[in-house]
Amino acid sequence: MTEPRTPSVAASPSEPSARAQRESAQTAEDKIFVASQGQLMWWRFRKHKPAIVGGIIVILVYLVALFCEFLAPYDPVKYDQKDTYAPPQRIRIVDQGKVQSPFVYGLTQSRDPVSYRMMFQVDQGKKYPVRFFVRGSAYKMWGLFEGDLHLFGIDDPEGSIHLLGADRMGRDVFSRLVYGARVSMSIGLVGVILSFVLGITIGGFSGYYGGALDTVVQRIIEFIRSVPSIPLWMALSAALPVDWPPTKIYFGITVVLSLIGWTWLARVVRSQFLSIREEDYVMAARLSGTGEVRIIYRHMVPAFMSYIIAQMSLSIPNMILSETSLSFLGLGIRAPAISWGVLLQEAQNLRAVALAPWLLAPGLAVVLIVLAFNFLGDGLRDAADPYSR
Amino acid sequence: MLQYFLRRLVLTIPTLLVVSVISFTLIQLPPGDYLTSYMAARAAQGEMMDQAAIDAMTRQYGLDQPMYMQYLRWLGKAVRGDFGQSFLWNRPVSELIWERLGLTVAISLAALLFVWAVAFPVSVYAATHQYSFGDHLFSFFGFIGLGFPDFMVALILLWIGYRYFDTNLGGLFSDAFIEAPWGWPKFLDMLKHLWVPMVVLGMGGTAGLIRTTRANLLDELHKPYVTTARAKGLTETKLLFKYPVRVALKPFFATLGWQLPNLVSGATVIAVVLSLPTTGPLYLQALLTQDMFLAGTIVMMLSALTVIGTLLSDILLVLVDPRIRYGGG
Repeated sequence: MTEPRTPSVAASPSEPSARAQRESAQTAEDKIFVASQGQLMWWRFRKHKPAIVGGIIVILVYLVALFCEFLAPYDPVKYDQKDTYAPPQRIRIVDQGKVQSPFVYGLTQSRDPVSYRMMFQVDQGKKYPVRFFVRGSAYKMWGLFEGDLHLFGIDDPEGSIHLLGADRMGRDVFSRLVYGARVSMSIGLVGVILSFVLGITIGGFSGYYGGALDTVVQRIIEFIRSVPSIPLWMALSAALPVDWPPTKIYFGITVVLSLIGWTWLARVVRSQFLSIREEDYVMAARLSGTGEVRIIYRHMVPAFMSYIIAQMSLSIPNMILSETSLSFLGLGIRAPAISWGVLLQEAQNLRAVALAPWLLAPGLAVVLIVLAFNFLGDGLRDAADPYSR
Repeated sequence: MLQYFLRRLVLTIPTLLVVSVISFTLIQLPPGDYLTSYMAARAAQGEMMDQAAIDAMTRQYGLDQPMYMQYLRWLGKAVRGDFGQSFLWNRPVSELIWERLGLTVAISLAALLFVWAVAFPVSVYAATHQYSFGDHLFSFFGFIGLGFPDFMVALILLWIGYRYFDTNLGGLFSDAFIEAPWGWPKFLDMLKHLWVPMVVLGMGGTAGLIRTTRANLLDELHKPYVTTARAKGLTETKLLFKYPVRVALKPFFATLGWQLPNLVSGATVIAVVLSLPTTGPLYLQALLTQDMFLAGTIVMMLSALTVIGTLLSDILLVLVDPRIRYGGG
């Protein structure tokens, strides 16, 4: 709680400025006394620099996921045999010592005389300027609006721009990565919200009413937890019918992931309920005749809500990781649909990875977002209790 | 104390029973059974099976009986060590699992030892040298360990091995030893390959353990009794290891409960990537082909490991920290 600086005893400054300083310190201190809990939290969160960075990354990636049709230069399923395993192209601004608008060099192909593999060489003779807001492949944004505007791309149909190379079928890895963000990022969010609803309801009832209900719920949670999670997820996802459409599979996987996720949330909520139930202010509320429902929602839930939210932000990366692992094994999201785990399946073949290391890019995206969420969660957890130290 | 242990031991039996019901339900969940997928595969090859053969197989595997009868039959045999027949491999399930269980446990234990061996000195160093260069370096590595999914680490290691050293880091044996009978040379060969899964499996756990232990130790180091001990002239080493470290070590034992099964099941994903001869790939294959007795037995086995791991960690916790008391024990 160091946000308002304690009035420093100024040694030398002139009288008026010292007074101004004292007054501003005074008002700052007043500010902290009248600040709402939300403001206190924000002040505390603001000081946690890694959390700010993490938060910005998380927001950016969610924006990417939201506007993936617009940000991806290509249709993620468009394949082109001649681009098979094309290497990433760098955007350059310097050509023969002169700075100019961004462009990429073209690639020429030749067959390796020994291995008959397709080889790509950067061809400095061919230059394709990178254009912004170009008309490209048509898409349907969110399945609602038709459009063909892309943030960047290349006008010349002869050339191509693969920022992260192309895969086995010559599909643009960058576009696929951007599209994959939508499924991978939202599955964590939806899954956590689902386990949140389950956890807070069941844990709340269990903690508030206690007794037999509590015992039964606790036993159930123990049983679920005594089955190791990854094999359980695998078994449940394997149980999803193969002929389901991608959207149904998506929700199936989300439900499967949150089926286990709610258990620890229920535990946290229950233990919070148990301890807060005994607090004096709850007793005071009860003595003054407040109804049960009002006690729970007005007096008890706010006391641990921020804590729960911080915990949630720490469990989203786990969901994302689980989805990635499941899809990677072929048990999660399935091939025509795109998620980071599905993309990483391409990298399962060692020979392919040796040939095209850029296939590992989705993995790095997973690492980035998991770290960002962890930093954000750390900051939120510290901010959740603004009255501590 | 003994009473508490005994009660915990007895309590594991109903837990395992419920777990067996869950395992059995799980493997029954996919629509159809092994026969339907088997017949689909045969039909795809252009072979038609006559109804009599199908009926015979249905009867042979007991697929015509109601669910609970199938469960009871499975359980009854399981108690006697007979976990049924794998449809896919056409061999007893227990044989298949036993073959791989030894290596699975060996790898998991190696990873657990790795976690402890690395986490202990590092967390003690990081806590005693808070905010030093080493501390920041270790927390940086810790975040990497936390952020990288383990299969990603495995893939990157494989790629580096393949690309720059021209060796295949996957597998647990060199080609020459795969079929060889167990012996000293084969064992040495395994040790040469063991480090990859050991490091990959241990990384995430190590990062988490360092974080908690460092935080715990820091809390302890600021307590008055440490100051008292220092004022009395105790040497720093003795002071450190006699009390604060002992208290801070609790997460080491507390994590055993979930480390054990986690290592075994986490191995599932990694084992597929590294093509290790453990239960992981066997389980994945069993799930994909609806080889239900095999899949069910593996779920059951992993759950049993969790239950045993939790029991072990609770017992160890009581031994390490006598202040912990469980319900009247």
